[in-house]
Amino acid sequence: MGLLYGLIAVGLALIFGLMDVTNFAHGEFLMLAMYLSFFLFAFFAIDPLLSAPLVAAALFVFGAVIYLLIVRFAMRAKANAGMVQIFTTFGLAIVMRGLAQYFFTPDYRSIPQSWLGGKTISIGGIFLPEPQLVGALVSIAAFAGLYFFIHRTDFGRAIEATREDPGAVALVGIDKNRVFAFGWGLGAALVGLAGAIMAVFFYIYPDVGASFALIAYVTVALGGFGSVFGAFAGGIIVGLVEAVTALVLPPSLKSVGIYAVYLLVVFIRPRGLFGSM
Amino acid sequence: MDKNFATRRRRDLIIAAGLAGIAALAPLFVKDVYVQNILILTLMYAALSQSWNILSGYCGQISLGHALYFGIGAYTTELLFTKFGVLPWFGMLGGGVIAALIAMGLGYPFFRLRGHYFVIATIVIAEIGLLLFQNWEWAGAAMGITIPIRGDSWLKFQFLRTKLPYFYFALGLCCLAWFVTWWLEDSKWGFWWRAVKDNPEAAESLGVVVFNSKMGAAAVSAFLVAIGGAFYAQFLAYIDPESVMGFQFSLLMALPAVLGGIGTLWGPVLGAAILIPMTELTRSYIGGSGRGVDLIVYGTLIVLISLALPQGLVSLFSRSKAKGATR
Repeated sequence: MGLLYGLIAVGLALIFGLMDVTNFAHGEFLMLAMYLSFFLFAFFAIDPLLSAPLVAAALFVFGAVIYLLIVRFAMRAKANAGMVQIFTTFGLAIVMRGLAQYFFTPDYRSIPQSWLGGKTISIGGIFLPEPQLVGALVSIAAFAGLYFFIHRTDFGRAIEATREDPGAVALVGIDKNRVFAFGWGLGAALVGLAGAIMAVFFYIYPDVGASFALIAYVTVALGGFGSVFGAFAGGIIVGLVEAVTALVLPPSLKSVGIYAVYLLVVFIRPRGLFGSM
Repeated sequence: MDKNFATRRRRDLIIAAGLAGIAALAPLFVKDVYVQNILILTLMYAALSQSWNILSGYCGQISLGHALYFGIGAYTTELLFTKFGVLPWFGMLGGGVIAALIAMGLGYPFFRLRGHYFVIATIVIAEIGLLLFQNWEWAGAAMGITIPIRGDSWLKFQFLRTKLPYFYFALGLCCLAWFVTWWLEDSKWGFWWRAVKDNPEAAESLGVVVFNSKMGAAAVSAFLVAIGGAFYAQFLAYIDPESVMGFQFSLLMALPAVLGGIGTLWGPVLGAAILIPMTELTRSYIGGSGRGVDLIVYGTLIVLISLALPQGLVSLFSRSKAKGATR
């Protein structure tokens, strides 16, 4: 479960953590991805596992378009840039939820039969549900990919450099908007991947994103802004803490443990575990 | 600057008194209960947003967890009333004091945090409060508390046949929050807060005790918001954790100030006067379908306003004034 939080958080780690842009619509991106994967299954009978790349590609385009249409202007605000970002993306989240209610209706949906759904695999006597296992593997792969991308490719360096100093970056011929649009696309594609996998074992409804979004923010902040590895570690910690809390406290209180650990960590290390900002 | 500042402040006070006077007369003309309801909510959100603005706007510590103080105000009042028969008036003050103390207790560790880490910490602490109240059997858990009906009385601050007393209380609260802000703007604290917001290191080096000034802002802000919470509970006569402590309340408190102009005296009032009627009207005229059209319209407007006027609607006025000055 921790790796799943990690999977949702990895896209956010890129947008929120590395590019330092607040995205309050992250949960709604997840919701959109889950619906896409549901409809691909319902209309074309494509298994979510196969459609995951399609969903990720669609979300990439969506994320980039959202950046170019909305976020670009929010970042340009001379005053209160932080608040403008919070509330434009919050408004966007409301619109997306409204649109989902309008077009998809508020009904709960689920993907009844898929290659992975409901199956378990036994490893050395420990039974693991297959979808979660695949989610965990994809999560590790996504983190490794992002880590490699940020630290080893020119484009990754460009993203970090653009956040540090957009002016200087422009001088060496990097188009800030192209870099950030790509970053947003990539972040959205990663959450698309998460949504496609989660569609297999979670109910899908217009508000589904909200329940995961806060945990994703906490995960990124726990690990520390500016660190891909931090978000990965944050995801694992969040998952473990949730499991432990669920043993000690009633299930309805399981998130309290996560929140308490976040507070504890930032009180001791005000920049999160591995943060550089 | 001094003279301009003084005249501006005097002018603000006169305008506020005039607006309050007009608002006080409004019920003479507005008999429709539905419209009165909208007016009450508008005034309440204006007051809440004004209080939020003290900590987040003036002092620059963006809190998205003020629902915690709102809920504490509501719960303190109603628990004291239903379990011990303490009159809501005392509960209201008690709730305010408790909220202020909690805000200062939390401020102790919280104010070391900066930026996103601080914002997320405020969201998280309100979320913890919400979950705890949802599981606290004695306080009604997720079912909430229904306030027993004891008939109309000012003593118990409960009115069934008319909404007017609520209207005047909300108006009074709004005026109080405005006046406190107005008064603080020119006080030592007000200058400290703006200094802390703009550049904490520089402020510290000039002798501003950054930590104390943040604490002061948090306490005042939480106290006023808790009074608002107590009012809301009496007004609805029913509370449950989600409806007084949910995350959406934190956002709804911040939104009018942000749309109207964060860190300005008039921003919250202006923002609430536009936003709340807009919310209610879209909800009741196009929300009936249950298909979320109201959300689409509402969200689009928020996106457009915050993109078009990053400094808030107040900047429309100051811009035209600046033009006039250069002419």
